[in-house]
Amino acid sequence: MAAKKRTPILRIPAVQTLLASLVCILLGLVVGYIALLLINPAGAWEAITDIVKNFWTYSNSRAQMKYLGNTLVKAAPLLMCSLSVLFAYKVGLFNIGAAGQYVAGAGAGLYCALALGLPWWVCMIAAALAGALLGCLSGMLKAYRNVNEVISGIMLNWIALYTINSLLNVVKDTASPYTVVLSKTNPSAVIPSMGLGALFTNNKYVTIAIPLAIIIAVAIWVLLEKTKLGYELKATGLNRNAARYCGMREKYNTILTMGIAGALAGLGAAMFFLSGFEEWSVTQSSVPAMGFNGIAAAFLGGLNPIGAIFSSFFIQHITNGGAYVDMKMYSSQISDFISSVIIYLCGFVLFFKYCLNRWLNHRDEAALRKEGDK
Amino acid sequence: MTLLIQYMLIFASVLLLVALGGCFSEHSGVINIGLEGIMVFGALGGALVMKYLPENASAATVIFLSIMAAMLVGMLYSLLLAVAAINLKADQTLVGTAMNLLGTAAATVFVKAMNTAENPDNVSSTIQYISAKKAFIVDIGGFEFNWFMLLALILLVISWVLLYKTKFGLRLQACGEHPQAADSVGINVYSMRYAGVLISGLLGGVGGLVYITAGVSEWKFENGVAGFGFLALAVMIFGQWKPIRIAMAALLFGLFRSLSNVYTGFDFLARLNIPSSVYNMLPYIISLVVLALTSSKSHAPKAEGIPYDKGSR
Repeated sequence: MAAKKRTPILRIPAVQTLLASLVCILLGLVVGYIALLLINPAGAWEAITDIVKNFWTYSNSRAQMKYLGNTLVKAAPLLMCSLSVLFAYKVGLFNIGAAGQYVAGAGAGLYCALALGLPWWVCMIAAALAGALLGCLSGMLKAYRNVNEVISGIMLNWIALYTINSLLNVVKDTASPYTVVLSKTNPSAVIPSMGLGALFTNNKYVTIAIPLAIIIAVAIWVLLEKTKLGYELKATGLNRNAARYCGMREKYNTILTMGIAGALAGLGAAMFFLSGFEEWSVTQSSVPAMGFNGIAAAFLGGLNPIGAIFSSFFIQHITNGGAYVDMKMYSSQISDFISSVIIYLCGFVLFFKYCLNRWLNHRDEAALRKEGDK
Repeated sequence: MTLLIQYMLIFASVLLLVALGGCFSEHSGVINIGLEGIMVFGALGGALVMKYLPENASAATVIFLSIMAAMLVGMLYSLLLAVAAINLKADQTLVGTAMNLLGTAAATVFVKAMNTAENPDNVSSTIQYISAKKAFIVDIGGFEFNWFMLLALILLVISWVLLYKTKFGLRLQACGEHPQAADSVGINVYSMRYAGVLISGLLGGVGGLVYITAGVSEWKFENGVAGFGFLALAVMIFGQWKPIRIAMAALLFGLFRSLSNVYTGFDFLARLNIPSSVYNMLPYIISLVVLALTSSKSHAPKAEGIPYDKGSR
């Protein structure tokens, strides 16, 4: 009897997903490079390598570690947003409202920290609750009133932005549009570093938020793949009528999913703003891009929580890298451009897998035919 | 009061045009979440024409060429959705979202590059069109009539006739309701869906141009179009995918949107002392409430969002 045949490496779904993501990244970079060439051919290659290198542009390893730290500080909230998007997507919901839930989390977290003077962990819980509240609202509108979660999410994004801007107006710095500096007003609300900052050349913004985000990613994977609740949620996403027929509470599941997704995005905002890296500008007139980039990271990561860890880092890596291009010739938005091209291409992942499998089938058939001829 | 009506009509025109665009796309069976990005590109096309036309160009030339540019660029941009959704069967929500992000990012990169090429110190993403914008406006006793209001009305009538009174419109709708049935009687579902998406690109592009010329004479492309594409989608849903109802809905939403521009002019509103952010939020809150009240018995095209596959039954 022949030995058990091993699956060819290209047929393993995880490999296909990884391959598809890499193709998306490569094509995205190529399109970005072409755009740079069109703007100004002289510095295009340098600019695209600057974007890809990000902190490696520094020759000194201490500076490299410090700026790697800065990328990580922003990658953690991005990972949370992408977890929010992918968790909802697994249940059949497109959480474009992650951006608004992120805003709500930032508002609640900063308000608790600056106006109420609460310690960091209370602020984080408040941020998660605020995000969850907004998420639940979308979920309830979907479950009971049949309002598409994409539309309600977008509307809530803008409502959250204007609400948070006026809420944080009370803790605004008198001279600038930003909120007062966290570490001076309430040091107890800064997420502790526990020595992590020392690893990154004393980058004081590197906190336990970064490992926490990774732990949460693993927890979400366990929840989705290894628990009864995760199974029920995914079943609801696949076919809500079938789920109801099986006795699952499909309305409750929809609301719960959006609540969890909202909490993730809200918590992400707390991880960022409670590190003290940036202050909130109460005059901003557009929703922060973090939530939308979360969509990119979620799809680029193959809709897998573990994949999201890497894709979030990558998206943040090139976004930060955009700051290093020569501003005399190019604008830093070129990284936004590249990441949006990557999201667009992620739409074709299914098509890509289909083509790959068809090619593999053709090849196998041809091989079989050859054997038959012998 | 005239100011309120003026703003209401111009914002309603934007919403009407873009919502009609969404209406055509969805009737053909493709959800167009990317209207926001299409608006940005249409606006960019129109703004470039307005910027580069010579100062002495006649009003009619400015109007005609900028509208043509906005339509053309909007249509070209909507091809991104058409190819992805119709040929490659991609997730339409994802592609639409990507188009919105891409629209703002690409327009910003483009305008910044253009501005820096002209003047190395200018790193803004703003295009000015002060003199060209005057072509669109006719002053009638304090009321600034805008040719776009008329254009929106004409396109509304054309859309209604096209959708309900022509063979094309009825076939288009068939593709959004039951593409397999449409195919079985010899309608080419793919080309109908292409037509639907391209018309939405055309209307969305003009909508974007109207939006950036409503009240201001320069536009910072970094800001995109501030969720107007999505408001238009809400208008479309509230209008139950029917042009006349969409027009009514657009007027209502236009009213609430214009309040944030003009509320200080009304004594009783100014005396209420409501912060301006409340007025800014108002259109979004209203649309959520309206959607919550109207979505439960939705008349959405039945096959929208589902890629058509000849082989499946």
